[in-house]
Amino acid sequence: MLYRENGQFKTSYAADQQIFPIAQDRIAIGLVLLVAFVVMPLAGSEYLFRAVLIPFMILALAALGLNILVGYCGQISLGTGAFMAVGAYAAYNFLVRIDGMPLIVAMLLGGLSATVVGVLFGIPSLRIKGLYLAVATLAAQFFTDWAFLRVSWFTNNSTSGSVSVAGLNVFGLPIESPVAKYLFCLTVVCVFALAAKNLTRSATGRQWMAIRDMDVAAAVIGIRPVYAKLTAFAVSSFIVGVAGVLWAFVHLGAWEPAAFSIDRSFQLLFMVIIGGLGSIMGAFFGAAFIVVLPIILDQVPHWFGIPLSTATTSHLVHMIFGALIVFFLIAEPHGLAKLWSIGKQKLRLWPFPH
Amino acid sequence: MMNDMPQAVQAQEQAQGNGRRIGDVVLDLQNISLSFGGVKALTNISFNVREHEIRSIIGPNGAGKSSMLNVINGVYHPQEGRILFRGEERRKMEPHRAAAQGIARTFQNIALFKGMSVLDNIMTGRNLKMKSGLLANALYWGRAQREEIEHRVKVEEVIDFLEIQDIRKTPVGALPYGLQKRVELGRALAAEPSLLLLDEPMAGMNVEEKQDMCRFILDVNDQFGTTIVLIEHDMGVVMDISDRVVVLDYGKKIGDGVPEEVRANEDVIRAYLGTSH
Repeated sequence: MLYRENGQFKTSYAADQQIFPIAQDRIAIGLVLLVAFVVMPLAGSEYLFRAVLIPFMILALAALGLNILVGYCGQISLGTGAFMAVGAYAAYNFLVRIDGMPLIVAMLLGGLSATVVGVLFGIPSLRIKGLYLAVATLAAQFFTDWAFLRVSWFTNNSTSGSVSVAGLNVFGLPIESPVAKYLFCLTVVCVFALAAKNLTRSATGRQWMAIRDMDVAAAVIGIRPVYAKLTAFAVSSFIVGVAGVLWAFVHLGAWEPAAFSIDRSFQLLFMVIIGGLGSIMGAFFGAAFIVVLPIILDQVPHWFGIPLSTATTSHLVHMIFGALIVFFLIAEPHGLAKLWSIGKQKLRLWPFPH
Repeated sequence: MMNDMPQAVQAQEQAQGNGRRIGDVVLDLQNISLSFGGVKALTNISFNVREHEIRSIIGPNGAGKSSMLNVINGVYHPQEGRILFRGEERRKMEPHRAAAQGIARTFQNIALFKGMSVLDNIMTGRNLKMKSGLLANALYWGRAQREEIEHRVKVEEVIDFLEIQDIRKTPVGALPYGLQKRVELGRALAAEPSLLLLDEPMAGMNVEEKQDMCRFILDVNDQFGTTIVLIEHDMGVVMDISDRVVVLDYGKKIGDGVPEEVRANEDVIRAYLGTSH
């Protein structure tokens, strides 16, 4: 009954084209941001920040980047981990090799380096499609795994192969405490989510989706496939690269190439598919599902005081989690974001069926 | 200028008696041959299209009609022959270049962007005219937003023209067939083309839908002065609305002229009805 658009008339195209045209949605997103920026830092525990919210934020950002490529432009990529790694190692090198390099600049340069590599590995997409392209992007994964393990220059000749950063700060504010790390990640995620939403609702996004849905018709209406595909690779790998920087610098602190292995690529692809292809919201749903749900499932027996060994719980979590993935994909192949929008549609009419 | 026009065209124009003036040749196809490996799709075909006219291409299935359209807008590259568009010879045309020169088209099998709304589909037609870059779009500020609104106004005009206001926010996949065809016409119209290629715009429609579509085609031709090349199987429609008709059979041209001429052409009758042995 609360979710009604009655009486909300749009009198200009600007009003009709805003991100949240419905007033209730604007209020809801305002509340979410209020909780995220104000309530959480005051109320959250250190465990919540370290183990749940920070990984969730960063992986949501990476999934957002991947979703632009896979969900909006229809180009399958299995090289997400590689682009994260390029971002992380490039930013690391900028930070340690150039004195006085600010964190934000290093982060953006890391993103740009990932963009270059992403566009390079995106060039095959001009000739090949679907599974074949997936295999081509897999090459990026294996190549970077090898490069960051074997070429010691990238790791600043670290003997163990592992690198670390310390004493991060932004404009003189230290990014050390869990709350500071959380707020930093949250801010970056909000900025990129807004930029991604703007891109997808503009001419650029329509080009990507046109190429995804019907590439011949897109070319005939005047869209250049080369430009559309390569911009999708560029924007996607930039965001993924920045997520890689955050993952390495803020979440891990010290890392080795295994942090960005093929497992990470698959995990992100699953997030995008379960969350919803071609949806900004879907990236957050997918990340929440994959990152947060196992942690909650892990805690459930504990809450009810059921005596289960850690090993049994962990096996159970894997089984239930797998079953849930299958269930959601059967219930709604278009992902959680689609379920969400169906729910909203129903709510507009509730309690009436039509 | 009227003197170098074929008499038949003049007669046709006078017979119709509307204000529309058929002008010079805008598209001239000379000796076009197209083959895929050993299969000859088009053999030595020549015809032209005049400004503001409705030019139909007819022929039995597999005659090469759609291939002809694909040659015109640069999807296929003919092995032989010359194409002159507005007096300029074209070489190795890419589809997006053809679009930039003002050629738009619809497809035989609906080729809409299924995951997008009607509005977004038609907005893609404005794509070539939108100049703001990636960064501006990411900020959605200033020029980028102004452009979105300016082009939205144009798109709304197309939506009004095609009478599809009520479905502008609907995903196109959810629309019935006839409306999808109309949206596809809208997407082509949004590009404000000077030459519009329509590949069987009325296939699979019922009588009312066909009437609506005919009205839209005639209105586009009349109000916007758009030159139209039309492929259609419904002979009633073709003979009614075309200024001139070209007939293809097995990749060869067997007839060309005003509807009355084509209707009386022996080869055309043979191609459609078969010969008695």
